[in-house]
Amino acid sequence: MPTVLSLSSVTKIYKSGQTALHEIDLVIEKGEIFALLGPNGAGKTTLISIICGLVSMTTGHVSVNGYDIIKDYRSARAIIGLVPQEISLDIFTTVEDTVRFSRGLFGKPNAPDYIEQLLRDLSLWEKRSARLNELSGGMKRRVMIAKALSHEPDILFLDEPTAGVDVNLRRDMWDLVRRLRDRGVTIILTTHYIEEAEEMADRVGVIDRGRLMLIEGTATLMHKLGKRRLTILLHQPLMTIPPALAHWPLQLDAEGSRLVYEFDANASDTSIPHLLRDIGAAGIDYTDLETSRSTLEDIFVGLLEGQI
Amino acid sequence: MSGFNLPGIWAIYRTEMARTRRTILQSVATPVITTVLYFIVFGSAIGSRMHQVAGVSYGAFIVPGLIMLTLLTQGISNASIAIYFPKFTRTIFEILSAPISSMEVVLAYVGAAATKAILIGLIILVTATFFVPVQIMHPAWMIAFLVLTALTFSLFGFLIGIWADSFEQLAVIPSLVVTPLTFLGGAFYSIDMLPQPWRTVSLFNPVVYLVSGFRWSFYGSGDVGVAASLIFVITFMVCCLALLSWVFRTGYRLKS
Ligand SMILES: Nc1ncnc2c1ncn2[C@@H]1O[C@H](COP(=O)(O)OP(=O)(O)OP(=O)(O)O)[C@@H](O)[C@H]1O
Ligand SMILES: [Mg+2]
Repeated sequence: MPTVLSLSSVTKIYKSGQTALHEIDLVIEKGEIFALLGPNGAGKTTLISIICGLVSMTTGHVSVNGYDIIKDYRSARAIIGLVPQEISLDIFTTVEDTVRFSRGLFGKPNAPDYIEQLLRDLSLWEKRSARLNELSGGMKRRVMIAKALSHEPDILFLDEPTAGVDVNLRRDMWDLVRRLRDRGVTIILTTHYIEEAEEMADRVGVIDRGRLMLIEGTATLMHKLGKRRLTILLHQPLMTIPPALAHWPLQLDAEGSRLVYEFDANASDTSIPHLLRDIGAAGIDYTDLETSRSTLEDIFVGLLEGQI
Repeated sequence: MSGFNLPGIWAIYRTEMARTRRTILQSVATPVITTVLYFIVFGSAIGSRMHQVAGVSYGAFIVPGLIMLTLLTQGISNASIAIYFPKFTRTIFEILSAPISSMEVVLAYVGAAATKAILIGLIILVTATFFVPVQIMHPAWMIAFLVLTALTFSLFGFLIGIWADSFEQLAVIPSLVVTPLTFLGGAFYSIDMLPQPWRTVSLFNPVVYLVSGFRWSFYGSGDVGVAASLIFVITFMVCCLALLSWVFRTGYRLKS
């Protein structure tokens, strides 16, 4: 696949002295969905803002489709669409006007059919003549997406697309992302949640305190991270783990009311049925079972301990 | 894509003009009412007790000055708000991320602000003809001064809008610098009427040159030569452009 975006040694030091990005190297291929995963303040928005021309980098080099984002900014920016983290709209205009404005701003001639289809896809067509201050927060977010897609970009940046969004909009958003991908659009999104990255992305980049700690295919990452945890809620608290279960790597929590079993999610045999049989045989009643995934914190712990 | 982003310029220009249409009452009615009040107070009440100034009735004498005053304040306020507002609402991110050059952005915003200022200037001119006999000896020069002044002070307003970080800052230059200069700029009197040393001091007020040149295009005479007026407007415009290109080169107050 051809490269659509490449960053080399991109560093950003804000005027405040804050180093937001440190020597970032990244190559994105055409048509992929890439998730930037990192905690608050990691530098995700800064990275996107540099590529889109909102923030100037301190040192480094970025090219989009082979065009330098500074020297050939017109060619580079023409194919980029950005949905920023925060909603910012001129609330006195109408939905249709603001979307048409965006298309014009990006140098494209009027295309009423395309805009109509776009607004329909985002369930905004009925609201096309509404002023933006009459819309709900979720609808405003849709408008932000419509504006970003108004000029038919080849690369779409979604900065925390699901923050403060309800289940329906979230599902719509993912459907849209998949449809765009099918059309060959490259999508780069940021998120705090592993599940989101796993669900959507082909590759994941983990960023923390301005450093790209790791870039990995989602499947590979999940494999490496493949620890899952089974929590068994006990009917009656236990003082200690009975000797009959001693050969299982179980942990008892402080109150004695939960047994925790960590296992490899990718193993073909997780031994869970066997474990549950043993627990039953030991005469222990349980009321519920929970499984959970590694969290972002687990990734960082893993990274620091060199396990990933 | 390369070259000129005409659809982009047009999109900004049209949106700005649409804002004018939405706020037609404040945009047009306010300056017109203000001007009519000036005519009533200065033209009729005071003017009726005054001799002719520079060969024309006092009412007619103040018309070019009033139009100039409006061009200055309108150009500055239109353009400064036009760029300050997207900064304030953060919608400017879209313009910064678009394939449009800084000068194209300036052209669109300043063009729209100047268009509005010129329209209002012309409306005032028409209004004035209902009150006083207005005569335009050099119409081509009159239009040239009108357009140049509107553009120049819209550029200046654009700079203020970029510099301002708050609504207070947005208002401070117009009220602290521009209004005094325009009132002392010979809009309502000929600087010959001033005693020394104020007459000489006035020659350092840029607005004197604007009003004088503009009045010359109406009645054929002004406080200073028309060439001096023209040189002043153009010099000021070049200064604004130079400052703007520095602003965009460094990303001053636009990019972090
Ligand atoms: N304009 C600015 N001036 C100074 N420092 C900034 C500026 N913008 C961001 N920073 C700092 O740069 C760092 C990275 O911020 P950034 O917004 O890129 O993080 P993020 O990963 O997007 O976080 P979040 O998940 O909270 O959106 C933070 O420490 C932040 O305080
Ligand atoms: Mg962010």
